[in-house]
Amino acid sequence: MQLSRDQLLSAYRRMRTIREFEERLHVEFLSGTVPGFLHLYSGQEAIAVGICEQLDDDRDYIGSTHRGHGHCIAKGVDVKAMMKEIYCKKNGVCGGKGGSMHIADLDKGMLGANAIVGGAPPLALGAALSAKLLKTGGVAVPFIGDGAANQGTVAESMNMAAVLKLPMVFMFENNGYAEFTAASYATAGSIEARAKAYNIPAVTVDGADFFAVYEAAREAIERARNGGGPSAIEAKAYRFWGHFAGDPQRYRAAGETKELRENHDCLKIFAEKVTQAALLDQAEMNAIDVEVMQLIEDAVAEAKADPQPDPASLYKDVYVSYP
Amino acid sequence: MPIKTYREAINEALRQEMEANDRVIIIGEDVAGGAGGSAGGGEAAGGVMGITAGLATKFGRDRVIDTPITESAIIGMAAGAALTGMRPVAELMFADFIGVCLDQIYNQAAKFRYMFGGKARTPLVVRTMIGAGMGAGPQHSQAIYPMLTMIPGLKVIVPSNAYDAKGLLIQAIRDDDPVIFCEHKSLLGDSCEVPDEPYAIPFGQAAITRKGSDLTLVGISRMVKFCNEVADRLQKDGISIEVIDIRTTSPLDAATILESVKKTGRLVVVDEANPMCSVASEISSIVASDAFDYLDAPIKKVTAPHTPVPASPTLEALYLPTPDKIEVVVRDLLEH
Repeated sequence: MQLSRDQLLSAYRRMRTIREFEERLHVEFLSGTVPGFLHLYSGQEAIAVGICEQLDDDRDYIGSTHRGHGHCIAKGVDVKAMMKEIYCKKNGVCGGKGGSMHIADLDKGMLGANAIVGGAPPLALGAALSAKLLKTGGVAVPFIGDGAANQGTVAESMNMAAVLKLPMVFMFENNGYAEFTAASYATAGSIEARAKAYNIPAVTVDGADFFAVYEAAREAIERARNGGGPSAIEAKAYRFWGHFAGDPQRYRAAGETKELRENHDCLKIFAEKVTQAALLDQAEMNAIDVEVMQLIEDAVAEAKADPQPDPASLYKDVYVSYP
Repeated sequence: MPIKTYREAINEALRQEMEANDRVIIIGEDVAGGAGGSAGGGEAAGGVMGITAGLATKFGRDRVIDTPITESAIIGMAAGAALTGMRPVAELMFADFIGVCLDQIYNQAAKFRYMFGGKARTPLVVRTMIGAGMGAGPQHSQAIYPMLTMIPGLKVIVPSNAYDAKGLLIQAIRDDDPVIFCEHKSLLGDSCEVPDEPYAIPFGQAAITRKGSDLTLVGISRMVKFCNEVADRLQKDGISIEVIDIRTTSPLDAATILESVKKTGRLVVVDEANPMCSVASEISSIVASDAFDYLDAPIKKVTAPHTPVPASPTLEALYLPTPDKIEVVVRDLLEH
């Protein structure tokens, strides 16, 4: 597998955009300007980007989680419209009625972040069924945390996908914690083994290694597009923040997140690999960083300045057929 | 005009809409039946009540999809398929099973359009069987439409006869919103005149099944049949009852009910569901609020009690509203 320079630059830009988006949101949230609950994706960028860079806007779908900002950015949802949505403003991608946990953009193949843990995998079955029946060659990818892996919907979805041979990739992100409880406590056996029990090909990869995720996803997507049915990937992930923005993280040993940021930062690892292999140089990544910083700065400023939703919108769009 | 059963009318609606639109598919447990069996894998059931019989043979198993017993995945898959271009009709065999898939209905399908800022369309139909009367016990007999009626984003349909079942199901399949279509298991064999050609009955339009001037009886699903029977009995005594079949609990045609009560001054609502926070209580509330000055007597409800549905046929008969129970309440109210 050899990615082109353009592909590498695109992947880096997406991962950096997610990181800056989330780190800035953390600051903004603590300043009290962001309503609701926020679940930040910092540290897990290589997983979303490693697979979504290989998905098409018009035929491939993802189903996301409550920790969905990274998935949205990776699938191409407009960053400024996302920021406005997180601020619950009028011109947010969902008009301010979804908020952080429900960002969706069907035109981009994004079936929605989902505030119900384990909510999205059954919906992804449907997107895969549509792709199969309409013969689009499309693939559906539900993202599933280690917490959701224990939900019945995930077991049901893996069985259904295997039975109906649906074009899917179950992308598990095991970041070690379901809220405040360790996956080592809450997850019996292994996620990879559970998928294999349904005869679903499954691998475990280091989610901080973009290239490992990319390669596993490439194989799985190819299998799905060629009629080979579902696959599963368990990516070991590193959650740099708590369950939610503001989480005091009393369940984590002192220094744990510092260690993750030092040794398991997917952006640092990516930069080391591409510079060592002389695929990209640091200066061009630095240039991207500057552009991304400006984009996020503008996104926050525009989100703060955006008007509140029109009061009449409270009553709109409950149904298609009547107001 | 041909006479068809409720079961046949539903089957015909499905067949005609599947013929008209390739994107209409059926998903559920044993909707064909027989997959992988030692008899060779041909269609073996057409649903536990035979409602989808013949459809897999006609349209193939790609469009009539037998699933594992996995309600969350069935409803979620149907919702996801609806969101991405199909028009699925999912079968939730017994409405009681909603307990294991309610999230996919009320947190997912019902909310997509609103929480995605008006950009989603979810043309999903969930066909499901409701109602007591067959001794099927507490987990196969409930009339659970009130808990669905209260959910914004859903439309809830309660056909009381074969003619309505066909027209309302065709409307449900053509509709771009998620629809819960409640088929009463004790009505499956009932028949009436049903045209051969496809027709759609709009949602939110109640039917007046008996014209009258002394008292308004509002019925839901099977209870409409009982209300009609009571109206016919009382007519022999010179009592004129107006019977309204609401046909859909959401949207609810309050205007037709209010107009009738303004004329008759008396209202009895008959509902097989449990009484608390029910469609019957909602109708009573609307009339008390918007037609209070026209009432000559208190509003009365005839409903199931606040209990589960008992399995014993003896107790089940006590549980259910019956024409006799309705008649007693109506005669009392006319004396008021």
